[in-house]
Amino acid sequence: MRIDRHTLGFWVVLLGLIILVQVLVSLGILSPFWETLLKIGAVMAIVSLGLNLIYGFNGQFSLGQWGFYAIGAYAAADVTYRWTQMNNASGLTVLFAAVALVGVAFFLTAKLVARLRGIDPLSAFALYIVATLIAAVIGVQIGIALIAPVTQLLATLPPGLALQIVYLIAVLLGGCLAAEVSYLFGLPVLTLGSDYFGIATLGFTIIVKVLLDNSDTLLGFEEMKGARGMVGIPKTTSWFWVALFLVIVIVLLRNLLHSSHGRAIVSVREDEIAAKAMGIDVGQQKTLAFVLGSLFAGLAGGLYAHINGFLHPNTFNFIRSFDPMIIVVFGGLGSVSGTIIAAFTWALVLEGFLRILLPTGFETWRFVVYPLFLLVMMLLRPQGLFGGFEFPYLRPVLPRPYVPETEEQVALVHAVEEATEGD
Amino acid sequence: MSKKFFALASLLIILSLTLGACAQPRPATLKIAILAPLSGAVPTFGVSTRDGALLAIKEWNAKGGVLGRQIEAIVEDSQCEADPAVNAANKVINQDGVKFIVGEVCSKASIPVSEIAEEKGVVQISPTSTNPNVTVKADGTTKQYVFRACFIDPFQGLVGASFAINELGAKTAFILLDQGNDYVRGLAENFEQAFVEKGGQIVGKETYTSSDTDFSAILAKVAEAKPDIVYLPDYYNIVNLVTAQAKEKGITAPFLGGDGWDSADLDRAAADGGYFTNHYSEQDTRPIVQQWVKNYQAEYGSVPDALATLAYDATNLLLAAIQNAGTDDPAKVKDAMAAIKWEAVSGTITFDQYHNPIKPAVILQVKDGQIRYVTTVAP
Amino acid sequence: MNAQPPTLLERILKGKWIGKGFLLLVGLVVVWWVGGKALQSPSLFLQQIINGIQLGFVYALIALGYTMVYGIVRLINFAHGDVFMFGAFVSYFSVGLFQLHLWPVRVFPGLSPTAAIILGTVSVILLSMVSCAILAITIERIAYKPLRDAPRISALITAIGVSFFLEYFGALPFVFTPNFITYKRPFEIVTWYVKDGIHRLEIGTEAPPGSVIFSNVLIIIIIVSLILLVGLNYIVRRTKIGKAMRATAYDKPTSRLMGINVDGVISTTFAIGASLAGAAGVLYATAYPQVVFWMGIIPGLKAFVAAVLGGIGSIPGAFVGALIMGQAEVISAGYISTPMRDAVAFTILILVLLIRPTGIFGEPEREKA
Repeated sequence: MRIDRHTLGFWVVLLGLIILVQVLVSLGILSPFWETLLKIGAVMAIVSLGLNLIYGFNGQFSLGQWGFYAIGAYAAADVTYRWTQMNNASGLTVLFAAVALVGVAFFLTAKLVARLRGIDPLSAFALYIVATLIAAVIGVQIGIALIAPVTQLLATLPPGLALQIVYLIAVLLGGCLAAEVSYLFGLPVLTLGSDYFGIATLGFTIIVKVLLDNSDTLLGFEEMKGARGMVGIPKTTSWFWVALFLVIVIVLLRNLLHSSHGRAIVSVREDEIAAKAMGIDVGQQKTLAFVLGSLFAGLAGGLYAHINGFLHPNTFNFIRSFDPMIIVVFGGLGSVSGTIIAAFTWALVLEGFLRILLPTGFETWRFVVYPLFLLVMMLLRPQGLFGGFEFPYLRPVLPRPYVPETEEQVALVHAVEEATEGD
Repeated sequence: MSKKFFALASLLIILSLTLGACAQPRPATLKIAILAPLSGAVPTFGVSTRDGALLAIKEWNAKGGVLGRQIEAIVEDSQCEADPAVNAANKVINQDGVKFIVGEVCSKASIPVSEIAEEKGVVQISPTSTNPNVTVKADGTTKQYVFRACFIDPFQGLVGASFAINELGAKTAFILLDQGNDYVRGLAENFEQAFVEKGGQIVGKETYTSSDTDFSAILAKVAEAKPDIVYLPDYYNIVNLVTAQAKEKGITAPFLGGDGWDSADLDRAAADGGYFTNHYSEQDTRPIVQQWVKNYQAEYGSVPDALATLAYDATNLLLAAIQNAGTDDPAKVKDAMAAIKWEAVSGTITFDQYHNPIKPAVILQVKDGQIRYVTTVAP
Repeated sequence: MNAQPPTLLERILKGKWIGKGFLLLVGLVVVWWVGGKALQSPSLFLQQIINGIQLGFVYALIALGYTMVYGIVRLINFAHGDVFMFGAFVSYFSVGLFQLHLWPVRVFPGLSPTAAIILGTVSVILLSMVSCAILAITIERIAYKPLRDAPRISALITAIGVSFFLEYFGALPFVFTPNFITYKRPFEIVTWYVKDGIHRLEIGTEAPPGSVIFSNVLIIIIIVSLILLVGLNYIVRRTKIGKAMRATAYDKPTSRLMGINVDGVISTTFAIGASLAGAAGVLYATAYPQVVFWMGIIPGLKAFVAAVLGGIGSIPGAFVGALIMGQAEVISAGYISTPMRDAVAFTILILVLLIRPTGIFGEPEREKA
């Protein structure tokens, strides 16, 4: 197999940077201050890539990313908390069984719904809810039955390794849970028009935050401690893990966008009606983008939870839900490279350089400078810092644009352009 | 373009390296970091905390500093949120080489900071974070390097409850609390427990959120329940709104609260007739109290609130511990701190095994535009 | 896809009644739950309704600004809540520092006290409205106008930026300070209770059990809101500028061709919306007497939800939506759970959108040419 120059260059630069950071961290040259910021930057990059898929590539204006991030964070944290503090794998088995069974239930219900063409989204939603509830209850029972054997199995491993395994599965499960919730929530809500969809997803973020505030009383998870903040989460997220997940997400996203699904997703953003006319199942593509984007958010949440070892519902406040949106717009809508660079820049500048550079007595000016910067940025480069720029490796392969040659063709293009002006 | 990106990335890394490298000069001054929420939802608490801590440092410097060295304060904005607080703590520890931290105000920011302080062996004293997990790990052991200067919830709740029953003769109480604020929630839960144990009855419990301004719905329920006393252990901003609206709803039961009421900005007309537990009284004749109020007024032109007082006490405790230890080695300072007995504005302070201060509480009454001293309760 | 004939089960499932029935079930449970509790004390229920009306009218004034701006430029103006905050602060300074509300007494000593209070309060409100209008025009000219042809998201991010800026700039010690400031009302509060007729309730006394309490703040909020609403309706329906606004909202390029000064119309819309928010700021601070730099965020969000609920772009929709929001909030605070009231508000919003995807009064989305 021949690897082309762009692919090779991309991988060399990406892996080189990741290894460089790792070496600098190991040597103690890069202090924990910068290491934490880089980890946060990578986490934000994953969340924002998810949002870019939903908004940048699929055109669904979503403010719900932060809610899925919260779900992933709390779910993953609960699993590792139970493992480290309560010494059993209850979180792991129950969440795994529930997530798996709900997944199966979705699959079966989807089959049923497909047979019932013409069923309205709301009724389909009701069917899904019922199926989910049944599957979740059975899943929890199976999970409880599995606690003892799985705990024993994991106990045979060295404790360090067992923790890493539990952590990895926890992060993945957090992502899957977020994806399943997004599937369920997206079913009825994705039928809404663009801005209404945005508001509904903003509402989702707020509802999740309120539920987390009452997680110990209303949801019954004592260890999450509601608004007191969850403590005792192991700090297992190292630079290696965030970098690994970032690379996986980038590759997944790149390959998706290069596939026919990816082109379908983009076509929905460009023109829904035209996409439909081309035989693309618009609803399916929207769901695909939304669920995958939320999956990324959930994964990022799981990673985030294990950076500081502390979670508080206020972190998932709706005002901060604009952060990924700002990063995506800042990096350029529909630009993977831009989003990654913007996420790191955002984390390093806002919390890093501004902290160091602003003189004493001007600590609060950080947040006066930040919006001003946003304003200037939007006025000067409304298309984002990188616009549509992509690294060659990530650049989507599209059919070459139509170049009119004869005079007749030029005239035709002009006519079409004029007719569609003012869109 | 990928070259440009590479250049940008390496520039960032080189920049951070140089910044990291030049951050560790041999300190001629003793650096103390003050982490306070200067922006975010409660900047006014951050400003009070910063002012109180800076005044303490100024006074020590005027007396010649500690261990013969001048004290340099490094103020960082931690926003009362976990992430910025972690970044601020990492910054002062790694970039500035600080070994002593005063802060944060909110528990949700102090807890992650305390984890870092414990890991790095940096002495941290939080002036106002009441959550038990600030000084105690999830497994129940005490964090060696972390202390606090404020009451923890059980004591203040207990004092409030016994005062309500014994002095006010209350039989029924209504509790209003912010489910999203652990300070309020801790006080309310402990008050409820103590009040019921002493034979009182809780006739209602309503929750609100910190961003609420319209309390009419829950106050209508208070008016309906007609309790002997309403327990409202929140900060003065909420107290001002609730008591003002309660007056309009014809609620005559007295309000009872905690040290969050202590502020020059408490609306004394609205809160008239209310009681609250506090660390000290401005009318206390002890010279240190009088001196503190006078100095603060001279410096900032206003009466200190509870947050400023506790920040002042926390900073003094820390500096006194350094003085007692005779060195700036955090490992020795933390032992000196654990063994300290220090006359602070909020009473004589010693630390228990969980690094919580043991100190008396006072009960104050808001009456006719004045804050009156009612009684002192020893622990 | 599937050639088999539908089975009986499938034929049953195919009807739309599952979704509708599901929603109906949820609705019935809520009504049963709330209704059961409400019947225990009808006077408390009535009291809650009155509290909700007070809140709803303030939301209505803010929601109108959102809806008007959205209707014309399709921008969710996140800075609107902060304009509302600015209005509250202007009135705080004019009352607390300059005692603007006392000018009628000073200028016309012979005026009756009631007339003096009304005149004073009206001038405080007017000053806030004008200041907010100026602020909004400034924001529009600096931040939004250059982005008129940019993608909508750029304008949205700009709006968020403006919102952050107004908040954090306002929090600086030499601007509004970060403190919670007790607001001084331009008039004294008077309370009445209703039980066998209307009686004056002296401050510091209890109303008899089973009575319903209301205050002059409620009356002032209702009167001021209604006057402004009628005025707004007149402007939009009967005046030339209103006609221009409607035309611009409908089709911008064509309006421009017809000789309408579109930029001027957009500025006017921002100004009118902001002046309503300014009035709302005064009323809100009067009802809940505290001002702080972030006070606009939550009412702004709630009003925005109200506007969407009613159908964003529709003026009566914003009004109805706001009244529903006000009721939903106090009912959920009173009978379901206060911490959940934001969740309840949004759940209602999502449910309404599922039944009517463009809000109660919203027109179906049409393809813009």
